[in-house]
Amino acid sequence: MISSTIGIWNYWIVFCLMMIGLFLVIGRKNFLKKIVGLTIFQTSVFLLYITFGKIKGGTPPILNETIDSIYSNPLPHVLILTAIVVGVATTALGLSLVLRINTEYGSIEEDDISAQDLVDYHDDIETGKSVDLKFKQ
Amino acid sequence: MIDILSKNLPILVVLCPLITSLFVVLIPNIFFSWILTTLSTFLTFLFSILLYQDIQIHSHISYALGKWMPPIGIEYIIDKVAIIPIIIISGISFIATIFAYKIMPEEIEKKSISKVYSLWLLAIAGLLGLVTTGDAFNLFVFLEISSLASVALVAMGAQKDKQALVAAYNYLIIGAVGATLYVIGVGLLYGITGTLNMEDLTNRISDLNNNKALIAGFGFMIIGIMVKAAVFPLHIWLPRAYAYAPSAVSVLLAATATKASLYILARILFSVFENSEKLINNTLLYVILPLSIIAMFAGTIMAIYEKDIKRLLAHSSVAQIGYITLAFAIGTKASIAAGFIHMFNHAIIKGGLFIAITSLGFFIQKRVTINNLSGLGRAMPITFFCFVLCSLSLAGLPLTAGFISKLYLIKATISSDAIWIAILILISSALSVVYLWKMIEVMWMREERKIVIKENPSIYISLIIITFFNVYFGLDASLIVNGSFEAAEKLIGDLK
Repeated sequence: MISSTIGIWNYWIVFCLMMIGLFLVIGRKNFLKKIVGLTIFQTSVFLLYITFGKIKGGTPPILNETIDSIYSNPLPHVLILTAIVVGVATTALGLSLVLRINTEYGSIEEDDISAQDLVDYHDDIETGKSVDLKFKQ
Repeated sequence: MIDILSKNLPILVVLCPLITSLFVVLIPNIFFSWILTTLSTFLTFLFSILLYQDIQIHSHISYALGKWMPPIGIEYIIDKVAIIPIIIISGISFIATIFAYKIMPEEIEKKSISKVYSLWLLAIAGLLGLVTTGDAFNLFVFLEISSLASVALVAMGAQKDKQALVAAYNYLIIGAVGATLYVIGVGLLYGITGTLNMEDLTNRISDLNNNKALIAGFGFMIIGIMVKAAVFPLHIWLPRAYAYAPSAVSVLLAATATKASLYILARILFSVFENSEKLINNTLLYVILPLSIIAMFAGTIMAIYEKDIKRLLAHSSVAQIGYITLAFAIGTKASIAAGFIHMFNHAIIKGGLFIAITSLGFFIQKRVTINNLSGLGRAMPITFFCFVLCSLSLAGLPLTAGFISKLYLIKATISSDAIWIAILILISSALSVVYLWKMIEVMWMREERKIVIKENPSIYISLIIITFFNVYFGLDASLIVNGSFEAAEKLIGDLK
């Protein structure tokens, strides 16, 4: 029982990281912390794949004349290399958006921003400020 | 030369926009970067038409990328199912690019326009790759290419309205979580089957019917794709992203982005997991069917109470996606065909409506709301005429494309003994008339504006093309109906 629990130790780590990440994405109101959560969430998936690829006593999969030893599956590592690149791109885009949001709104807290948006929306639609149009000829 | 071209058509459809996007970014001139983008999208459309002709002969094209034979190498599969979204995406993106010429410099500063066109092409390449690829992990990469490019495109709306930034941010976070969930699903399936090729997956999971990892993997994949397809409770990102994006981008995204994901959803449900019948039937009945019915009503009611026109159309998109997933959920051949018919028709309807609204909004500096549309109908007769035709098509009046899809959807529900669903569809369509009429009433019945607006041919030409298709496919729908029935037969024909 204990050995099988410890045997899947990696999966417990993956599971915990996944939930921490997902909680940060959903539960935090700060835009920067959400990105931190997203990165943790994605990293947990990388770990999951790497764990699939590892076999006990496995060697690196290098082609010899005689392949007699057990070797690890290289494909998950390659897939994760791709996923890491995608993750970096996502983080970079997210951070640059947060930077722009900070300059435009002066805050990166969701509550502040939605309060400001609500005022704008109200101005536009309810009071009809923008009904007074500028027309281009 | 022609021989090489015709042999490599499946990859050319993806590569053509992908490679030109690298060159477009180098051209500083607005006009030339637009010309190159138009050429590229036109070529892509041409390639997809050629593919359509090939499909009529071979019915299944498998393309081994880099001559690495599947299932080890990445395989691109084009069959009678995949060709429908390919035609939709390449066709609409061509029309949207024509439309973008005049509207893009109005909303985006001149120095960043070539970069926007580059992102534009990247998004199109991502969507087309999503549809053509037969490899589950390659699909994830294309999912991210298309969604990162669309996020950046949505964020370009910040020059007009700063809320675009928040909309883009939410789209990014929700989209990235969805894509990561999909990767978890693929990982679990890879763990138990040892393959990533979709056709190979189908064969290998046939004897794993009650495997828990299989069920978990399936769940993760479906949820991930449903986020991207904006199926009801996971649609939160959609209204804002469409409303605050630059107008041309709204047209492109509204007409194409969710269609590719809906196609992937259909393929996972009916093709990859075709051997685990019990799992699929339960998913369709207890997850997708209720969600689609809620989506139909929630989207329509949200649209009725919305005053911002672009948001209104986005909420209506949520309802229309509900119709498509409802058609999939019923799961008979006729209903899946109806789903594909509506997928095509919704693309041309929503494309047309967004083009019409943004041409009206072209003369309005700020946000297009219901109040500042008043009386514009008389000032812009051509745009307004097309807008009304597209609206009628959305409501499903006879002689328009929307009627055909509603007709086949209701026929399919009745033939599978689900009369109450047919009644719900009718009620929801009737409700959609409320918000459409609200816009038409404001534009036509209110007092006339003392203004003369010269309608610009470069804007309304694309509107006329797309409206023409709305009417044409209402009069003679044989092309799309036959195509959809063949697609549905390919998807579930050997199952039922």
